[in-house]
Amino acid sequence: MPNIKELQDLTTQVRRDILRMVHKVNSGHPGGSLGCAEFFVALYQDILDRKDTFEMDGIGEDLFFLSNGHISPVYYSVLARSGYFSVDELNTFRLIDSRLQGHPTTHEGLEGIRIASGSLGQGMSVAIGAAEAKKLNGDSHLIYSLHGDGELQEGQNWEAIMYASAKKVDNLISTIDLNGKQIDGATDDVLPMGSIQAKFEAFGWIVITIKEGNNIEAILKGMADAKSRTGKGQPVCVLLETEMGNGVDFMMHTHAWHGKAPNDEQLEVALAQNAETLGDY
Amino acid sequence: MKTYENTGNKDTRSGFGAGLTELGKTNENVVALCADLIGSLKMDEFKANHPERFFQVGIAEANMIGIAAGLTIGGKIPFTGTFANFSTGRVYDQIRQSVAYSGKNVKICASHAGITLGEDGATHQILEDIGLMKMLPGMTVINTCDYNQTKAATLAIAEHNGPVYLRFGRPKVANFTPVDQKFEIGKAVQLTEGTDVTIIATGHLVWEALEAAKTLHAEGISAEVINIHTIKPLDNEAILKSVAKTGCVVTAEEHNYLGGLGESVSRVLVKNNPAPQEFVATNDTFGESGTPAQLMEKYGLNAKAIVEASKKVIKRK
Repeated sequence: MPNIKELQDLTTQVRRDILRMVHKVNSGHPGGSLGCAEFFVALYQDILDRKDTFEMDGIGEDLFFLSNGHISPVYYSVLARSGYFSVDELNTFRLIDSRLQGHPTTHEGLEGIRIASGSLGQGMSVAIGAAEAKKLNGDSHLIYSLHGDGELQEGQNWEAIMYASAKKVDNLISTIDLNGKQIDGATDDVLPMGSIQAKFEAFGWIVITIKEGNNIEAILKGMADAKSRTGKGQPVCVLLETEMGNGVDFMMHTHAWHGKAPNDEQLEVALAQNAETLGDY
Repeated sequence: MKTYENTGNKDTRSGFGAGLTELGKTNENVVALCADLIGSLKMDEFKANHPERFFQVGIAEANMIGIAAGLTIGGKIPFTGTFANFSTGRVYDQIRQSVAYSGKNVKICASHAGITLGEDGATHQILEDIGLMKMLPGMTVINTCDYNQTKAATLAIAEHNGPVYLRFGRPKVANFTPVDQKFEIGKAVQLTEGTDVTIIATGHLVWEALEAAKTLHAEGISAEVINIHTIKPLDNEAILKSVAKTGCVVTAEEHNYLGGLGESVSRVLVKNNPAPQEFVATNDTFGESGTPAQLMEKYGLNAKAIVEASKKVIKRK
């Protein structure tokens, strides 16, 4: 069992990274990034069985795909703090000539990124392909993916969801960031999707819900449960109930910070709520 | 004048199928995906030989492109198969982000391209796909002319690391290129030597260009026919060398003149050696139902049209 205090400290540092990155360039997506900080830390520090050599051949290790690429700040921060590249490079987020593009890309050769994402709804198909490649290669490692709940409005997801169960892609764990918000407001106001759990179950997936999606221990427990359900002929969906903007009081309980950066004063308040732990980049 | 023998009409899509079957035996990393058109794409044999390497995705082309991109992560070489329309316009953003921008080694293999799909009509006849695909950075675009060349191209693209769009068609057309001719991506094939006009053709129009050259020869006009199977990267050198000699050019393709081979040739000429050019192509229009021959005649995509364009362009020199 990992040291929970260490993971919590890392999560706080990741929150500071996210806030400082988007503030510096006055752009980017802090809301969903903050909401998924615990998940990414748990994923990269414990859940994924990763090679420590950071090779990018995709063989002999678990792989993760981020479909909702706009939460790149949390992805970059956790990749850097997991050793994929230098944390100093977080300074270059969204700047000209940077490998840390607004949305993640393989185009600039950034270690840890395996596919471009940002145009929504494509990641689950890619994850399925990677899962099929694992099976062909006799590689028993798993494929993980993350998707926004609003992102499920994109039709390609449902092609992929249908395929994964029909073809028994049972080495795939797709997590849905169930924060109930998207750019224009609550998902229930923009385009109500009904029960996402019932939909996945109707399509033949095993569904696990993590009610406390901002609690590291709950995530570790829930994802261990999800992992135990793999290899049984069905794909696994994790519904991760998170709070957009988590960890910064004025960014929570609203969709307003989906794609907006804090100003100088707001940054100061936000950082004060997340005291430095491992050292800023 | 050098002439070519039609060894028997065959469909280019069967050349693709034969190439894929061979790849199945020779390259274990080759996998194939199809969106409910196995028979039309001639993928039956690959599927029968290698069921574990074949993915029937159903009528879900967007998902197919994404799965193909994912399969490359772990070393597979995916060949996707559906009609040209559903291989390009329908899934443009999936190709753009998950394949081209991500630099994935996916081979997008597209049958029933152009107007010769015939009776199904304009919903299925895409005349814009070359333009769509050649605009994507890093995408190789190939349009083959007969069965033998399509088979050779299918083998060649498996050896090329990077995204490829391979365009071929439905009707049985003349099969005339040598059965053992090696396919070199980006390398034009000069079919006849001539001095009065250069005819640069791609796909089904290559045979029509050869027929046109025969007619022109009988009338005392010497035409140099070049088979441009690779539209991107374009063989600039072959084009410039020929036009330096003939001083004018006709481009011929089963595609809209906007965005097609003709425009790519124009760009090369304008930058290097401006020369008169005529376009044998569709004129910014959708197709319609009819037999392939009727449609080629109505839309001006046959040997007769190439002869007329050649005479016209020679006068403009």
